[in-house]
Amino acid sequence: MLSTLAPASSPPVVAAPAPLLQVRDLRVHFHTREGVVRAVDGVDYHVNPAETLGIVGESGSGKTVSSLATLRLVPPPARMAGGQILFEGQDLLAKKPAEMAALRGRRIAMIFQNPATSLNPIYSIGAQLGEILMWHEKASRAEADARVVELLGLVGISDPGARLRQFPHELSGGMKQRVGIARALLCNPSLVLADEPTTALDVTIQAQILELLADLQKRFRMSMVLVTHDMGVVARMASRITVMYAGRVCESADAATIFNAPRHPYTRALLESMPRIDHSYTGAARRPLPTIAGRPPNLLNPPPGCRFHDRCPEAAPECRRLLPLETPVGPGHTVSCLKRGSEGIAA
Amino acid sequence: MSALLEVDGLSKYYPVLERRLFRASKQTEIRAVDGVSFSVAEGETLGLVGESGCGKTTTARSILNLVEPSDGAVRFQGEDIVPVFRGGDRARILAIRRSLQYVFQDPYLSLNPRWTIGETLKEPLRVHRPEAPETWDARIGELLRMVGLEPHHAWRYPHEFSGGQRQRVGIARALAIEPRLLILDEPVSSLDVSVRAQILNLLAELQDRLGLAYLYISHDLSSVRYISTHVAVMYLGKLVEIGPVDDIFTRPRHHYTRALLSAIPVPSPGAAQDRIVLQGEVPSAMRRPTGCPFHPRCAAALPVCAQSEPLLMPPSAPHRAACHNPL
Repeated sequence: MLSTLAPASSPPVVAAPAPLLQVRDLRVHFHTREGVVRAVDGVDYHVNPAETLGIVGESGSGKTVSSLATLRLVPPPARMAGGQILFEGQDLLAKKPAEMAALRGRRIAMIFQNPATSLNPIYSIGAQLGEILMWHEKASRAEADARVVELLGLVGISDPGARLRQFPHELSGGMKQRVGIARALLCNPSLVLADEPTTALDVTIQAQILELLADLQKRFRMSMVLVTHDMGVVARMASRITVMYAGRVCESADAATIFNAPRHPYTRALLESMPRIDHSYTGAARRPLPTIAGRPPNLLNPPPGCRFHDRCPEAAPECRRLLPLETPVGPGHTVSCLKRGSEGIAA
Repeated sequence: MSALLEVDGLSKYYPVLERRLFRASKQTEIRAVDGVSFSVAEGETLGLVGESGCGKTTTARSILNLVEPSDGAVRFQGEDIVPVFRGGDRARILAIRRSLQYVFQDPYLSLNPRWTIGETLKEPLRVHRPEAPETWDARIGELLRMVGLEPHHAWRYPHEFSGGQRQRVGIARALAIEPRLLILDEPVSSLDVSVRAQILNLLAELQDRLGLAYLYISHDLSSVRYISTHVAVMYLGKLVEIGPVDDIFTRPRHHYTRALLSAIPVPSPGAAQDRIVLQGEVPSAMRRPTGCPFHPRCAAALPVCAQSEPLLMPPSAPHRAACHNPL
């Protein structure tokens, strides 16, 4: 099935300059009554300037927590248990809370999944967006309003001047998400984190929002981290992709490689298990979809060795014992799998 | 093949009071479902697709009288079941419900958290097979095996199961009394990708084994392509296109169907997908456009589209589209 995918069209990844964001060995643990849940357990990825990195994985893979950790917004039972997050060369985990507050929304901004809950229902659009500018850039009310109107127009909201006085409940879901995007771009951030930005939207509205995001990303040469479970969305948007499973990174590569020549058994299984809108399944073509047996492990007690070994068709005895480390297998392509030559550590 | 279920001109209107400033309120109605007709043959799957608010769930619920249809007929094996539900004859209603069962979208909400799985599965047997209680336990074990669970799971509670397993329980409950047709309302939408394939395989296998017909409702078009033999597309309460699955996906005739299909991101980077990004949003059902409901967003709209409502054409063909200017 993989051979029928479209040929690679994105250019090969060239050795980029210094990455804008470099996440190294990030660990976020949730201290619950039952024990320590290792939601993110040694994750590495990087984002180059002006590129979109897609982070894909199923629920519980740690993709959302690792992106929230970039802004140090992980909720209380969670603790940063280790690692480094280098943004423009500085470790965000070493910053003081006030220094982080100055970065959030200004240099690094976030677009949230659910536009209905990420806007404050009791403030007008103008008030809640303007506040960001008044706080970060010490703008006056009038300057803030002018900038908000400009951004609302940019994200395709008609009659932006009148929207300043409207409240979130007066807007449709797609409109609210456009406001969410405008809010993220107010201070010209160099990095935008988008967590499932279109999951709550209908497909035709999703298409509008994705087109808008791709256009803005190109226009402002921003870097973007797009967190999603939808392989179709990353195929459209991302230049590079990191696949996560059970709090660890399985595989990272440019988008064409992930889809056309994936090496990690989980990436392969994930792609093969999706029914495809461009395949016929009638008559003789109707046969069972390849599935991944079992279900993701409980991270309270992750299995020893490779997190995927008990669902992996290729698992060998050493996979039960050794945790694979990320290993380069091609230009810009890393895989964590003992069967692909990764080194393993006893864990 | 003969039609097992025939839906004919099904409509559901909700009365609403439109409050207006300085003027008397106006009594209007929302046409959630407006004159929808389709049929499902034995052993086949009709995929019912559309965006949120298009009326697909209301259509499904009207079939089982979970909401009372305002107009139209629902014929099951040739008999109009709308008057049966209205008449309130319990024995006859139960007989219909034995053949038509519903699987709900959210397996977290549709199972009683205080009942064991065994009790949940016993409920339909208690209602529909009261004469033979000694057979219930064996049937529960059989059902659990049928959906890929183990008989000992009957003693567990819903919270002990994952989403995929709960959906298996939901399917087992619907199968308990050997229905002929299952209405599946977004059965895989709340599940993860790797689990989704397992449930789709289960549905396909059960259909082959038990000869079930499905009405499969979803906004996830890739799963619709996998499971369906026929597809019906809804927009603002209207059926806009219906036909065999491969025809709909490869040669759509309605502009909305084409836009809907092209909006799905295909998991191939750089795929030459000629994307049609629809402008604007689905209008409110209270302010439904005149003529073709899709005309304000349609790139191929003609003057006639704003005036007269297109019918599904050609009338008796398997593949029909309601469009004045079809593709």
